[in-house]
Amino acid sequence: MLETTWFILWGVLWALYFVLDGFDLGIGILMPFLGKTERDRRVMYNAQGPFWDANEVWLITAGGVTFAAFPGTYAVMFSSLYTPLMLLLFALILRGVTFEFRHMDENSKWKKLWDSCMVGGSFVAALLLGVAFANIFMGIPIDAEGVNQGTLLTLLNPYGLAGGVVFVLVFCLHGSLWLSVKAHGELEQRARKVARALWFVVAIGAVAFLFLSAVFTNLYANYLANPLLFAIPLAAVAGLILARMAMGQDKYWLAFLWSGLFIVGVAFFGIAGIYPALLPSSLDPAYSMTIANSSSSTLTLQIMLGVTLVMVPIVLLYQLWVYRTFSFKLEHDDDLYY
Amino acid sequence: MDVLLLSRLQFAVATFFHFIFVPLTLGLSIIIAIMETKYVRSGDEEYKRMAKFWGKLFLINFALGVVTGITLEFQFGTNWSRYSAYVGDIFGSLLAVEATAAFFLESTFIAVWVFGWERISKKLHMVTIWLVALAANLSAFWIIMANGFMQHPVGYVMRNGRAELDDFFAVITNPFAWHQFVHTLFGSWMASGFFVLGVSAYHLMKKNEVAFFKKSFNIGLVFALVFSVLVATQGHFHGNEVSERQPTKLAAMESHWETQTNAPFCILTIPKLNNEGNYVETMCIPSLLSLLAFNDPGAEVVGLNDFPKEDRPPVLLTFLSFRLMIALGMLFPLLAILAWYWRNKLPEKQWFGRLLIYAIPLPIIALEAGWALAEVGRQPWIVWGIMRTSEAVSPVATSQVATSLVAIILLYTFLGIIDIFLLKRVAQRGPATQQPAQAHKE
Repeated sequence: MLETTWFILWGVLWALYFVLDGFDLGIGILMPFLGKTERDRRVMYNAQGPFWDANEVWLITAGGVTFAAFPGTYAVMFSSLYTPLMLLLFALILRGVTFEFRHMDENSKWKKLWDSCMVGGSFVAALLLGVAFANIFMGIPIDAEGVNQGTLLTLLNPYGLAGGVVFVLVFCLHGSLWLSVKAHGELEQRARKVARALWFVVAIGAVAFLFLSAVFTNLYANYLANPLLFAIPLAAVAGLILARMAMGQDKYWLAFLWSGLFIVGVAFFGIAGIYPALLPSSLDPAYSMTIANSSSSTLTLQIMLGVTLVMVPIVLLYQLWVYRTFSFKLEHDDDLYY
Repeated sequence: MDVLLLSRLQFAVATFFHFIFVPLTLGLSIIIAIMETKYVRSGDEEYKRMAKFWGKLFLINFALGVVTGITLEFQFGTNWSRYSAYVGDIFGSLLAVEATAAFFLESTFIAVWVFGWERISKKLHMVTIWLVALAANLSAFWIIMANGFMQHPVGYVMRNGRAELDDFFAVITNPFAWHQFVHTLFGSWMASGFFVLGVSAYHLMKKNEVAFFKKSFNIGLVFALVFSVLVATQGHFHGNEVSERQPTKLAAMESHWETQTNAPFCILTIPKLNNEGNYVETMCIPSLLSLLAFNDPGAEVVGLNDFPKEDRPPVLLTFLSFRLMIALGMLFPLLAILAWYWRNKLPEKQWFGRLLIYAIPLPIIALEAGWALAEVGRQPWIVWGIMRTSEAVSPVATSQVATSLVAIILLYTFLGIIDIFLLKRVAQRGPATQQPAQAHKE
């Protein structure tokens, strides 16, 4: 029971990370398409400004909680995905320092250098997260010793790549919605237009991904055994449709929230499918890292549960306050820090 | 080179680079919080300008500290997966607590501080920087409790073929870890003090914004003075703890080979490169080593020859790190006292002002040496007495680790150069050229 609770919390933390960092990664990817002028680009940086750093801490927390609650999985997952994780790290580092470095000089070459770090870093991070998680959904060739028998190329299979593309598209949609909330004037209009166009692409991508999952993975086994679980992909679909409806009513704040629900649904679609494994083995189900063979001691799980149940709601509360305080439209130059 | 050596190098690079920025984050956040508190209390706009100017330097630092911190968490899984699986029950939970209880607070409110000058009330704004300062130092607490477990493991039992948590309270009250924590904290606050002193001295020598930098100088001076004395004093007691708990580390620190009572301290010692004795030992003061290590001139100090070769740390590196830390540690109170003595004479004492500027990196070097001593001196153990570093490494391909090591070195060098260049420029320009649009609206 304790292990299952932790499995769900583990999923929640990764899903929250995708929702929160998703939009700023998306804005980063969209920069070449939406940032026509220097001012546009500044607005795009400042739209992420008060949030991106804390958003990334959700990744650290998701990683840290994997470490604390399922050290066995953490060990095998992170060493198996060595190269993609290193690339993810470099992408996030280059993207992260861009915020502080870019506005330190007015030279246009300097700005270009950091803009490409922002775009490249955001794109690579989103893509790799998608590739990694699609591969986790499908299973990784880990042997009885927890050693990955595959290479980087093993990860770049059709399903893994489809996962990468879906993540990039979903994050772009999410990002364009947030930009619609934060930007003003022409940029706002462009962001809305892109959001509406992306919505169709994402809808097609999501359906294709559901279909590909049936072909390449065993995710549906859990669903067929327990049809109640179908509520999860349905919630994702509902989130996507509601997001479109809110966009139709020009309620972009709401559309952003529904898009968040969609992302949680997509993440949990996979997470519910792999239960009770956190990292299925594609060689033999017996080699999978599961909640039973990779979790921490009961005492650690209990203490961590206490800490998490107290701290995470507090964190969510103050972050919600931050989102409220800084959700105003970026109309004045005074509000552009970067 | 094998995966073990490459992974150790990679971890060393990542830690040392990360730790260039962390000490300044720990102390500068407090210094800025003090400045802003003075502003809120007195309404004196000069203090607001001070908080903003030093805040700018803080942010350049903070950015690199944050992004390089993620590398470290990742590496436990990517490069040290056997370790992670073996002690994750305890070590992983401390890292997770750090993220949920401290790191969120820090990252959220530093953003509110940056973007909130005109958006939230003055008082609330002041609270945000105090929260950042608190959270940064709290982060250090959890991380050092985790490292303290590696140095002196407590509160665990061996069960199911791994170390499992038995007593959480024992883990977070680990006296060894507390010594390390306080030592690191004092050292970091001192380093921040010297940073403020050096930058202020530069401007005072040029008679630029004299009132502004005089005030800054005095705040930095208090930090440098108080904490250079405290870190040295407390360091002695931390040393006693090491002597008691980690005899091979003590022996390697001193390159001490023969077990003896009334052990002498030799002012000039040159250890052999092959980890087997010293080339030179001269100017020895009888009983001093016994006295320093155990507060008893007659105490017996066990020499490295009495430990099996495979249990000895790399002596040369441990010894040099220790000597460097101690030499610098004795210099800092002296510098701080001189700075206090000449605090009103800086334009005349150009040479001393320059000395203060050149002293900016020295506390960071001392802190890095301290970490090298703690980590290298702990070898061959990754967790003292429980797990050897050689057993901890991931079963990954050598080529992967070699490639990532080269990539990390290139990336960090690139970022390090830019960071130093920007810090230098912002520091030299002073507060006058801050974005005017941001300056005042209330």
